[in-house]
Amino acid sequence: MEDLVSQFDLVLKAFWLTLQLFLLSALFSLLLGLVLGAMRVGPVSVLRVATATYVTLIRNTPLLMVFIFVFVAMPRLGVNFDFLTKGTLALSLYTSTFVAEAVRSGINSVPLGQAEAARAIGLTFVGSMREVILPQAVRATVPPLASVLIALLKNTSVAAAFGLLEATARMRYFTNNNADDRMLIFITFALGYVILVELVSLGANMLERRWRVAAR
Amino acid sequence: MSASLLFDSPGPKTRRRHLLYTVLAAFALAGLLALVVLRLDARGQLAYRLWEPFITPAYVQALLKGLSQTLQMAALSVLFSVVFGLVLGTAKLSERTWIRWPAWLVVEFFRAVPVLLLMVFFFLAYGVGADGIGPYWCVVAALTLYNGSVLAEVFRAGINAVPAGQGEAAYALGMRKTQVMNIVLLPQAVKIMIPSIISQCVVALKDTSLGFYILAPGLTAVGKSIYTEFQNQVQTAIVVAALYVAVNLVLTAIATWVQKRYVGERRLDVPMVGQDAGGGGGPTIT
Repeated sequence: MEDLVSQFDLVLKAFWLTLQLFLLSALFSLLLGLVLGAMRVGPVSVLRVATATYVTLIRNTPLLMVFIFVFVAMPRLGVNFDFLTKGTLALSLYTSTFVAEAVRSGINSVPLGQAEAARAIGLTFVGSMREVILPQAVRATVPPLASVLIALLKNTSVAAAFGLLEATARMRYFTNNNADDRMLIFITFALGYVILVELVSLGANMLERRWRVAAR
Repeated sequence: MSASLLFDSPGPKTRRRHLLYTVLAAFALAGLLALVVLRLDARGQLAYRLWEPFITPAYVQALLKGLSQTLQMAALSVLFSVVFGLVLGTAKLSERTWIRWPAWLVVEFFRAVPVLLLMVFFFLAYGVGADGIGPYWCVVAALTLYNGSVLAEVFRAGINAVPAGQGEAAYALGMRKTQVMNIVLLPQAVKIMIPSIISQCVVALKDTSLGFYILAPGLTAVGKSIYTEFQNQVQTAIVVAALYVAVNLVLTAIATWVQKRYVGERRLDVPMVGQDAGGGGGPTIT
């Protein structure tokens, strides 16, 4: 009990690392996922097939195996970075494939008739994209993307197994030193995660509400 | 190529341009692949010695044993979580606040907490020591709580997806609440839910690998002992990942087949964590 209170700065520090991992990986996986998603629905068939294969392979690999690739296998090939970079890399590689799928499903959710109607009333290609297709696709992408980001936030805990002292590893450390308070320690760390997850969820809900079309 | 939202049907000029892109992309991809292979070769990673364990019967057997343990853990946790999820899911649909509320709390909590955190807690609290339950059951317990909570949402959404008239008609015939649920609503809901349950199996199977952190048995653990012995990290990672992917692809194929055969185009709408029930949202992926 005293340990948890007197060393609360360690708890905050651990969650700060969790948050860093989350924000960095979110940024890179959104960028990479957007590129993958664009190639997945684009007109070049080779890229379509290649990204589909890549996305299927990574999505069906456990995140822990991706971490093993980045942390254990890649250094054998002479590719090595510091821990935070490796953690971000593993999380981004994994999460970007889910982002790609969210992007694809968002675009697929817009009925083809919308594009046909936009062109039929004389909008240019760019105009139809900007005024008709993308606004609808982006709205449809928000809920699945939010789920992906929440999953990413929880997945940062896997980094604990590879020497990053983020929240889950810190909980293990605290519990090892104060076995009697394990319930309190668990609840403290769990609540930390719950708060972060609820914040992401709240943000997504606000975006969704702001962009909601009146007629729907 | 059929018409697409994102680009017009290509004319002759665009088709030539796309052909150019296709050729360039093919070359780039082949170059990338060659680069990887050359890198592997330059580091001596293609040496027979490093791949040998995977055609040595003893190690193949060890890998298969790990795979079967992984499958067991996943199957057990899915089994338990279906029961757990069914209880929680129906509790969330209850008319009584004092049943609905705790169920909601439990579901939200376990959906928002990382599975690994749960696993570590179970392991340190109940898993170690002479009278501990051991890492195997810690993995199963953590996965049951997490997947059960996800499935609770699936069940709730599935039952809600049955047309309201079905329940009303059953009540009109004089059935009790339990009868309405068991005879009318659940049998129809199960059909819609099965694909979601199978995709949850994929999630459970992938998450069993997290047992690595608490020294649980399974495919990943076998992989670790192989690469510690032979120093063939790259090769082991490739083989183990391939095994996981193969099993998951089979599961996904079954889910797709069931979806096509029994459900059709309809998809379940499961809200994400922290979202009001009834709102939109895709199924949770991990």
